[in-house]
Amino acid sequence: MIEIDNITKRYGDNTVVDNVSMTIAPRTVTVIVGTSGSGKTTLMRMINRLVEPTSGAIRIDGEDNRGIPGYELRRRIGYAIQGHGLFPHRTVAENIATVPGLLGWEKSRIEAKVKELLSLFQLDPAAFGPRYPHELSGGQQQRVGVARALAAEPNILLMDEPFGALDPVIRAKAQEDLLAIQKHFGTTIVLVTHDMEEAFHLADKIAVMDKGRIVQYAAPEDMLVNPATDFVETLIGVGERPFRLLSIGTVGEAAEAGTAEGEPLAAATSQRDALSSLLWSGREALPVVGADGVPLGRVTLASLARRAARPR
Amino acid sequence: MKRLLPNLLRLAALIILVAFLVQPALFEPLLKPLVQANAPAIYNQGSLLSLTLSHLTTVFIATFAATVVAVGLAILVTRPIGAEFLPLSRSLVNIGQTFPPVAVLALAVPVVGFGEKPTLIALFLYGLLPIFENAMTGLSTLPPAIVEAARGTGMTAWQRLTKVELPLALPIILAGIRLSVTISLATATIGSTVAAKTLGEVIIAGLQSNNLAFVLQGGLVVAVLAVLIYDAFSAMERMVSRRAGRV
Amino acid sequence: MRFRIDKLGVVIAALLAYGAFLAPFANFRANRIVPGEPRAILDALPAGLGTALLIFIAIALVFVVLKTPTLLRLLLGLAALSVLAILIGLSASHLTPPENTYARVSPASGFWLTSFAFALLTADALARLRLSPFARVTLLAAAAAAVAALLMSGAWDGLSILKEYGSRAETFWLEAGRHVLLALGSLVAATLVGLPLGILCHRVETLRAGVLNVLNIIQTIPSIALFGLLIAPLGWIALNVPGAAAIGIRGIGVAPAFVALFLYSLLPVVANTVVGLAGVPRDANDAARGIGMTDRQRLFGVELPLAFPVILTGIRIVLVQNIGLATIAALIGGGGFGVFVFQGIGQTAMDLVLLGAVPTVALAFAAATVLDAATELSNSKPSRAA
Repeated sequence: MIEIDNITKRYGDNTVVDNVSMTIAPRTVTVIVGTSGSGKTTLMRMINRLVEPTSGAIRIDGEDNRGIPGYELRRRIGYAIQGHGLFPHRTVAENIATVPGLLGWEKSRIEAKVKELLSLFQLDPAAFGPRYPHELSGGQQQRVGVARALAAEPNILLMDEPFGALDPVIRAKAQEDLLAIQKHFGTTIVLVTHDMEEAFHLADKIAVMDKGRIVQYAAPEDMLVNPATDFVETLIGVGERPFRLLSIGTVGEAAEAGTAEGEPLAAATSQRDALSSLLWSGREALPVVGADGVPLGRVTLASLARRAARPR
Repeated sequence: MKRLLPNLLRLAALIILVAFLVQPALFEPLLKPLVQANAPAIYNQGSLLSLTLSHLTTVFIATFAATVVAVGLAILVTRPIGAEFLPLSRSLVNIGQTFPPVAVLALAVPVVGFGEKPTLIALFLYGLLPIFENAMTGLSTLPPAIVEAARGTGMTAWQRLTKVELPLALPIILAGIRLSVTISLATATIGSTVAAKTLGEVIIAGLQSNNLAFVLQGGLVVAVLAVLIYDAFSAMERMVSRRAGRV
Repeated sequence: MRFRIDKLGVVIAALLAYGAFLAPFANFRANRIVPGEPRAILDALPAGLGTALLIFIAIALVFVVLKTPTLLRLLLGLAALSVLAILIGLSASHLTPPENTYARVSPASGFWLTSFAFALLTADALARLRLSPFARVTLLAAAAAAVAALLMSGAWDGLSILKEYGSRAETFWLEAGRHVLLALGSLVAATLVGLPLGILCHRVETLRAGVLNVLNIIQTIPSIALFGLLIAPLGWIALNVPGAAAIGIRGIGVAPAFVALFLYSLLPVVANTVVGLAGVPRDANDAARGIGMTDRQRLFGVELPLAFPVILTGIRIVLVQNIGLATIAALIGGGGFGVFVFQGIGQTAMDLVLLGAVPTVALAFAAATVLDAATELSNSKPSRAA
């Protein structure tokens, strides 16, 4: 659990983060959104003390984060940034081993961890471990960046626009991977982005920031139904509301008993993408299959239309 | 394949250089046409080999000292604690490079006397600038994402410096050292005007006795040394920058 | 108001404290050759003046340690340098016994250290103020005028370096002329040859590596050797090419020095031309082609103007380098300020070395300042127009 308590950051006369308080529940994904200059990155960087607050306090699992030196704190908190920030003079394996190395893990333990993470991110350890970052594609670099952040098994992972530099296809895949990993490790993730689509897709809770303040901190559905201010409404986009609602849930959740003709949809597909497939194929229903290919039933246009309507 | 020919040429140059320094008499017929009938064609007032070694030693000591001091200062001015010195350092480097090496050499004589010392001081001072300039550039132009990542992974300031910043700046620092060494190799010859034992002795003896063969052999030995050392540094830079992903 | 400490100020203050209170201000020698006797500020200056200087430095010391406005620091630095310049002249006339023409007074370590400290203060203030190119050149001109005024007024006549000058004023200007001729002349020649060569190298890729490699190797030949090596071929030309001797080509003297400097100058000019032309944005070139410019129009209308700042940087490197290297020409009878430097080294006469070295450094410094300003102006023009 991360408790942010009346935190303020000023640079000279410029207040970047203005008296923000919020509590982030463990094992959830919290996305902080806002325009550039809203203070969202500064707020996140105060959690691992890359930025020291002017006033206020942040507690992690009840302990003030100023209780230990900043660098020790940062070793316990994963951190992934846009453009991945991989060390170009170290191999992929050495990059991932950075924090375990700093913590003085045993060699064999580090090696096992590197292997585990590379496999988890679908990179063959034997092939990718010895390579240098510049020999990887953008998507692979990004995965290694997240793997490095997770190497020391942190409870908390901070991500600053982690997918910002990726093209849309790779980005969607990276987002799926992140959700899978989050389930796998039970990590508490705090992610900063300016992409609302990404926020609705990933978040358990969304915090909208504007001019250094949090204007709304709520679950995605609640935010859609009751936007706190005009600013939040504009940010969501009035015309996007039904689709945003659909992008929160998966098709597995919307599946009903029955059969249907056509190309089956994977259960992890978002309802928004399922709607898109239905419309494009011109069918009333499509079959749904689990990850292992087992049929789970079908999803219908009518049920999705119901789910896209304003919740009461 | 493309690298083969230049490397063969370098190897040949090295072999000829070593042969000339060890057995200069072998080359006498080549140099004989350049001198008057009864003048010596091979430098005869000392061993070419020992002059070369002392030339190299002088350059090495000066460059080594310059590297340690310059990199140390560059580290200092690129830390928050030394940031106040940064603007001045930049302009001092600029101003310092307008000092001709001869002037530095000549001005060192009254302070420390004749011999190796003024040469060492001049080479040291003059060699500082390119290394300092490059180290400063290398350390202050690191990609921000990488510096940020290094902090984010929980490295201490010292770990960031030794594990990330210096390795990444290494190619640029090496380029500075290469520049400094080539300048020093040539400047050290001038040291012989203040009685330092360098290859300049051979050239100056040639100028004084109007012996072209002396001038040529002194000059060529220095030039070949400079080219070989320059190439060796370039190769080293390519190696580390390939490793640093800055290809 | 809170007082804060300026870190650089602490270094400057330490230099000042040592230079003013512990090190000798001037050196007195009974004649040109004997070792000097150091004199501290209080002995070196007329009573009252010495005390005043010490008080002035003590105040300056406090001023520089505290964080004070940059402009004031600049003014203090300039004022202090002027005061020191005038006082060292006074010290010379104060220390030299009347009617004694053998005695020599020269600045000692204390003078140099305090001057260096104030020069640091000035340089730091200038760097922080980020003066415009015009302001910098104006300041340089003002400094030059001030030095000239001091020289003309005779305030420095008692100093040993000027006594050395006094006994060879005519040679000095002759060698000065040669020095400038060598440095500037070879630069002009190298630009005339190097610019077209650079353009050619840019256009013909197969030529580029070869030319740059050869020029690179020339640069590694030590200057005294290159000077020496050119004696033979130029001597031969003078003997065998009709008319060559008449235009001043001979084996020893200015000609081999000129040719050597020319050869050294080629690399920076050619290399920077190539780099500058290669750095011309593709879009600009495409656009030029797109609106129907011929190759020639593109070269003069687009490529060269855009590459100009880089080429100018090359010329700056060459000029500063040449001014320094021209000192070595003296070793082969080519003249220049090196004559005094090497004579001075030969006679262990520091003042004579300074007579050669100081103008060389001043010249190089002035050239660097002016050309830096020019480069900055040429760099900023496009962005200001945009």
